[in-house]
Amino acid sequence: MSENNRKAWLYLLPAILFLGVFMVYPLLDVLVYSLEEGYNFASQTYRGVGLFNFSYVLHDPYFMQAVKNTFILVIFTVPVSTGLALLIALGLNSIPRLKDFFQTVFFLPYVTNTLAVGLVFMILFKKTPYSDGFVNLLIEMLGGQPVDFIEGPYWAKMTVMSFYTIWIVLPFKILILTSALASVDQNLYKAAKVDGTSPFRIFRKITLPMISPMIFYLVITGFIGAFKAYSDVVAIFGTNLNAAGMNTIVGYVYDMLYGDSGGYPSYASAAALILFAIVLTITCINLLVSRKKVYHA
Amino acid sequence: MSERNEFERIERSARTRRHVRLTITYILLGIWALVVLFPFYWMVLTSVKEYGAYNAEFYPKLYTLAPTLANYREAFTAVDLGRYFVNTLIFTLLTSGLMLVVTVLAAFAFSRLEFRGKNLLFTLFLALMMIPYELVIITNFVTITGLGLRNTFAGLILPSVTSVFYIYLLKENFELIPDELYKAAKVDGTSDLKYLLKVMIPITRPTIVTVMILKVIECWNSYVWPRLITDSPKYFLVSNGIQEIRENGFGRDNIPAMMAAVVVISVPLIILFLVFHKKIMEGVSRGGTKG
Repeated sequence: MSENNRKAWLYLLPAILFLGVFMVYPLLDVLVYSLEEGYNFASQTYRGVGLFNFSYVLHDPYFMQAVKNTFILVIFTVPVSTGLALLIALGLNSIPRLKDFFQTVFFLPYVTNTLAVGLVFMILFKKTPYSDGFVNLLIEMLGGQPVDFIEGPYWAKMTVMSFYTIWIVLPFKILILTSALASVDQNLYKAAKVDGTSPFRIFRKITLPMISPMIFYLVITGFIGAFKAYSDVVAIFGTNLNAAGMNTIVGYVYDMLYGDSGGYPSYASAAALILFAIVLTITCINLLVSRKKVYHA
Repeated sequence: MSERNEFERIERSARTRRHVRLTITYILLGIWALVVLFPFYWMVLTSVKEYGAYNAEFYPKLYTLAPTLANYREAFTAVDLGRYFVNTLIFTLLTSGLMLVVTVLAAFAFSRLEFRGKNLLFTLFLALMMIPYELVIITNFVTITGLGLRNTFAGLILPSVTSVFYIYLLKENFELIPDELYKAAKVDGTSDLKYLLKVMIPITRPTIVTVMILKVIECWNSYVWPRLITDSPKYFLVSNGIQEIRENGFGRDNIPAMMAAVVVISVPLIILFLVFHKKIMEGVSRGGTKG
């Protein structure tokens, strides 16, 4: 090995060590864990090898509840947040003044502590014997019936969770779409205006195709992010998500690993691999669709 | 003459329409700004309400005429908020610092040094970017527990150090520096390390600062790993502290004190954001994602 070679590996050594121990090895290990049946955390022994862990997880009602919650959250929040972000970005790009100000304000949720602000959302939505809470006050003003959004019916809990998720993910999407819109060639718009094209047609035929790569990028990362929802749910409903009936797949993995219900890394591994398979499938579908729909300049 | 009038009329109506559209846009953007800012207003407002006064409000008031700082005193005395704060500070600084060293060294090797297997290794690094955190965290939990590093700073920090994405970002930036500079430095007998420290890092400082800020935000907000690896409040970070406060601290109904804690935890990042918002937004749009 030449001197240059040795030096390069020396520079890379810390990164390789860290990645090896905390990324590559765990990746192989998680496969091993998922196949070891009846693994005992304390004695580090197992009974046999097979697919029992997967079958256990798939038959666990808590896991199925988590899958259901996660899918509802994904199906609702990804389209709504992407659409809303597009509307806001269009608005931002059409105003002559205060664009920077609005953009900065809209980005604020990105830098806040999810757990801390989640607590504020919990208080805004909570209904206690002493007070209906702020959101219920608004609902009553509009003539509706107050609901306990935190410990009440399933749809109410889902609403808060979706709302908070959208609040958290919008800053990133607005930022990406605003810069995508700003980078569309202005000459295209001028040409369309000269031809007397209607604004809606301009949007459909020029704006949308030009920013479609970014929209698909956001849809893909949005799906991946939403499937991994966890911290924001904990922030609103507390750590005992199974009791609240609001667990997510990632939450199930962590519950299996640690806490009152923990100590089963094998089940956790199987659940994590199932999640990975779901995310991979959805991402591949997204990529296939985007290959057909995205306009490539 | 009438043609001219006609023209003016059309022009005027177009202007009116534009004004109406702009006004509506401003109002809608304003509403969303309100939705974004309201939780922050609410936490500050609630944190200065007196405990008794807050609980007496069946209809929550949008203002208070008798602000008090008692809740902040409560937040720092009744629970160990100060310790959570210091823990998070230590964790954030050490993790970001270590990450910087590891990342810069690796990016330098990939961008300036020639060695066998470079392309293969870089491809492998990139492939690691696709690995979801949830898959590796299980073994990391077992590893750290096995090493007896639970409830230590080492256990908190070590798995959070590497970031393949930042290695990639820095490598791209390092490669923008003309190769001639490197060759000239070599002719002058400058060592690689000296060249890295005296030339490359100063030139790419804007990117490095952005990377650091993004990592600091990530560290300050990290919740999942600290929760798995610490169960002694002595090592809680702010996120875990907040969860602990919510479930066990203050007595469950002392909302104003909780909000005071929430404000204390949020302030550092908000200040960081106000100072660096241009840099942060630019950095994130270049390829950051949440968390």
